Amino acid sequence: MSQKLLLNSKEIHLTLHRLACQLIENHGDFSNTVLIGIQPRGVFLAERIAKVLKETYQIKNIQLGQLDITFYRDDFRRRDEPLKANQTNIHCIVENKNVVFIDDVLYSGRSINASLSAIQSFGRPNNIELMVLIDRRFSRHLPIQPTYRGRQVDVINEEKVVVNWHENNDEDAVYIITKN
Amino acid sequence: MSQLSTQHLLGIKHLKEEDINLIFETADQFKEVINRPIKKVPSLRDITIANLFFENSTRTKLSFELAEKRLSADVINFSASQSSVKKGETLIDTVNNILSMKVDIVVMRHPNVGAADFLSKHVDARIVNAGDGTHEHPTQALLDSYSIREKLGSVKGKKVVIVGDILHSRVALSNIYALKLQGAEVKVCGPTSLIPKYITELGVGVETNLRKALEWCDVANMLRVQNERMEVKYFPTTREYAQLFGINKDLLNSLSKEIVIMHPGPINRGVEITSDVADSKQSIILNQVENGVAIRMAVIYLLAQQIKRN
Repeated sequence: MSQKLLLNSKEIHLTLHRLACQLIENHGDFSNTVLIGIQPRGVFLAERIAKVLKETYQIKNIQLGQLDITFYRDDFRRRDEPLKANQTNIHCIVENKNVVFIDDVLYSGRSINASLSAIQSFGRPNNIELMVLIDRRFSRHLPIQPTYRGRQVDVINEEKVVVNWHENNDEDAVYIITKN
Repeated sequence: MSQLSTQHLLGIKHLKEEDINLIFETADQFKEVINRPIKKVPSLRDITIANLFFENSTRTKLSFELAEKRLSADVINFSASQSSVKKGETLIDTVNNILSMKVDIVVMRHPNVGAADFLSKHVDARIVNAGDGTHEHPTQALLDSYSIREKLGSVKGKKVVIVGDILHSRVALSNIYALKLQGAEVKVCGPTSLIPKYITELGVGVETNLRKALEWCDVANMLRVQNERMEVKYFPTTREYAQLFGINKDLLNSLSKEIVIMHPGPINRGVEITSDVADSKQSIILNQVENGVAIRMAVIYLLAQQIKRN
């Protein structure tokens, strides 16, 4: 197994600020916006983006939620290892809100497809956008594309993109891992 | 651990502590789901479930049916009083006929002890025991423990007394297994005629004085006297039973600490519990009913997870 560093801590820091600025361009004071981290790994990115918006750009009243899609997945009972459900925390109705889904890696698009079904249980949003840190080009199974992307990469199916955060792995870094 | 160690839910006796933890963690997520504006998830949209009730039930049947529908499963209901069972059909024949309609999971209540276990050995479907005679009622025990965990933080180390007709109660036996497995201390309390002779072999204490039992416990689970299962008289009168083993507000207020009151329903108000106790803030009876749906969703979801589709 070999691994290649795709983004280091400094590059992630810069990318987070760029993504935050792009959000501000489209969402102004965020009064009608809800940021939703997709469980489990999108939650870390969502929290970081919210932190940058609050601390660097003084955006107040950011509405941040966490959405678990386990019960909406189209591969239920088709996986070798069953998935364990995570917590959903959405404390507001998303009716007529601008929703931004936030996830770490966009691969097949199936998780986002499940997220689009799941969010409807909380109302009918005005629109939904998608932010990802890493967009794996040419690997989509569904017609889903990100609105905001940190970095686009071309990675073959046998390779894996792993995003580490200080919160769970003691470092901010993105690696491409190849199984030999 | 992300899947159950068992293919069927026949009784708590067959479960491990990790199974119970997994069911509770999954139920936590389903409890959030059933409090959303849209209380439904699509997980089981290609699963068909048959609810076979060979014995009367209101709460359990509705709870299972609602849980199944909240998971988007297709549901067929069957009750023995309107079926070919009356015409002499055997249990295996009845169930196999239903399974030919491509049913994946069977939820069954039956008056005979071991009926669910018997069925699991003879038919090709996942079986959930919704009560077999005086033997086990596993989902009731799971929701009772889940409600204790929700109210008191955990089950481990808590003192629970089960009061009433222990002899005829499947709720009592399943509760004893579940509570002991999770590290609770358990006592049973009731007239000696309604306490099984060898109950202490399950590691539970016996108390025949209700006040002493209540002073000892953190949680009192009040059971109904099951007159329909009694062929002889086990106590002189209902009035005497209520005086000795019924809980009322005066008794509750006279205790040195605040205890949690539970009841699996249906309640006989004025017999095992008075209305002011059943409706008091110490009672978590209605929470038990709400938790029942979340627990049954978790059990069915986790069993369905093992049915592979290609």
